[in-house]
Amino acid sequence: MKPPPRAPDLARKLLAQPLTECVACVREGGALPSDLVSAAFDRADDVGAGRESLNIFLATDRVRATESAKELTALIGRAEAPGNLAGAPVAVKDNIATLHMPTTCGSKVLEGYVSPYEATVVRRLRANGAVIIGKTNMDEFAMGSSTENSAYGPTRNPVDIRRVPGGSSGGSAAAVAAGIVRLALGSETGGSVRQPASFCGIVGVKPTYGRVSRYGLVAFGSSLDQVGVLGRSVEDTAIGLEVIAGCDQLDSTSADVPVPRYELEKNARLDGLVIGKPKEYYPEGLDPRVAERCERALDAFRELGAEVRDVSLPHTSYSIPVYYVVAPAEASSNLARFDGVRYGLRVASESGLTGMYEATRARGFGPEVTRRVMLGTYVLSAGYYDAYYKKAQSVRTLIAQDFRDVFLSGVDVLFTPTTPTPAFELGAVKDPYEMYLSDIFTASANLAGVPAISVPIGTASGLPIGGQIIAGHFEESAMFRAAFGLERALAGKALPGEGSA
Amino acid sequence: MAVTREDVVKVAKLANIAIDDARLDALARELSTILGHMEELAQVDTERVLPAEGLSSGGQRLRADHGPADPLFNAPATFAPEMRDGFLIVPRLATHEGSPERSP
Repeated sequence: MKPPPRAPDLARKLLAQPLTECVACVREGGALPSDLVSAAFDRADDVGAGRESLNIFLATDRVRATESAKELTALIGRAEAPGNLAGAPVAVKDNIATLHMPTTCGSKVLEGYVSPYEATVVRRLRANGAVIIGKTNMDEFAMGSSTENSAYGPTRNPVDIRRVPGGSSGGSAAAVAAGIVRLALGSETGGSVRQPASFCGIVGVKPTYGRVSRYGLVAFGSSLDQVGVLGRSVEDTAIGLEVIAGCDQLDSTSADVPVPRYELEKNARLDGLVIGKPKEYYPEGLDPRVAERCERALDAFRELGAEVRDVSLPHTSYSIPVYYVVAPAEASSNLARFDGVRYGLRVASESGLTGMYEATRARGFGPEVTRRVMLGTYVLSAGYYDAYYKKAQSVRTLIAQDFRDVFLSGVDVLFTPTTPTPAFELGAVKDPYEMYLSDIFTASANLAGVPAISVPIGTASGLPIGGQIIAGHFEESAMFRAAFGLERALAGKALPGEGSA
Repeated sequence: MAVTREDVVKVAKLANIAIDDARLDALARELSTILGHMEELAQVDTERVLPAEGLSSGGQRLRADHGPADPLFNAPATFAPEMRDGFLIVPRLATHEGSPERSP
């Protein structure tokens, strides 16, 4: 008879298993949460998560994570319910407030800042037995699509270290893709969870605007921001979203809408599900590798009994111009608070109070944040407000109306590519507007407030490609139903030349 | 519409960010390029369209009007640089460091 595996070996194996198995093992006393914490930190060392290599974390706290794990063990010992994420190590994007680790948003202006309160999503994770092991790297204030805009250096893609992990939640995506955690929190303003999920070959969910509390999420674009979930599988993200979702008295923009049990969609059939294929997301110039994988995914949907229907969202091409007016406008207002008086960095000036503001913000903000604050200030300034901001908000109404019309026509979900290309190399995209085009297929969902998920649909030369499923407001169940089906259908189906990275 | 060097100076003032003179022309070019792409929005007929204001149909929820919703985990005294009589004291400006304190 084989001897039972040693606790550290078991924990290491569990970290590679679905969350449900990992959590079940912890609840039954088969594995200690503290061993899982050790396994996560060992894995981080093994894959080179440190600054000199993948640069995934901006802060970790092994001591406190181990303490939390031990408290959980005591809870299980007292036969108290440890929660749906019992013992699972989780990473959190650095723009989500935690009590004992800094929350810097990847910016020098908040270097060393420790929040005096905790984000609701973090509190819900901990109340469900998750153990927070660290804060992940990100584009400064979530402004970017490659995590190259972090003031603390870029994160690299674990699939191919020469490439970017996407952004702005690149650290969270890399932590999951590298196998350090099964689940991580990110945030979305224009695609910052789905795009890095696509680049790293994992699953990323942006919930409906209002589905998840934003209390403790540092604001970027308040009419767009949502906390999102990144995970190894559709099921892991379904469980994660269920834990963090729901109305919160501390966030008046969170919606009082019941949260269904998303993981119950796991084995749901897709017969009769109508999947819209919006022509605007499949332009002629689309990377053929991306187009080919999407067609294969659509075939998989058909084989599962779903109906694929050609549809149109006619205002899609305006999503990037609208987004890059609205988001910077809101950012210029939200980031006004970082002025050297209330938070972190303060640069002395001989020019009085205004001079101190200007010097602090000049040194504290990186080039992209400066560019966007300037852009936002410009489009809101007298003489330009109507031409840019008001116009963009009007076109945004039309973009949201496109989604309403298509879902009212009987379409349950939409299927599109998540990104126009696979992950690009670090430093390859230098023009700011070219970088903005990374969000071309994701920003519309934020502008309309609808939920969307990115699911791996194959690889090209070893690089992951993601497919996106978009649903109507608060229809995450339909979104997960389609995502579970797609994941099931594509499992083990590699195309010639796909191979693993 | 091309953004000029003077526009950049004005916007930087409004945004409270000091921009080096050497960076002004480049920033004007970058903003011009980005705003150039925004001009395609002018093609869309929005005469009868209301600007988006809120995404939730029910409007913003209100909470009962009593006290702070969530007391801080750490009391202000533990993270404020200085406190007096329950008020936070912010650091003095460099230009005022030598001047006498006014009584509160």
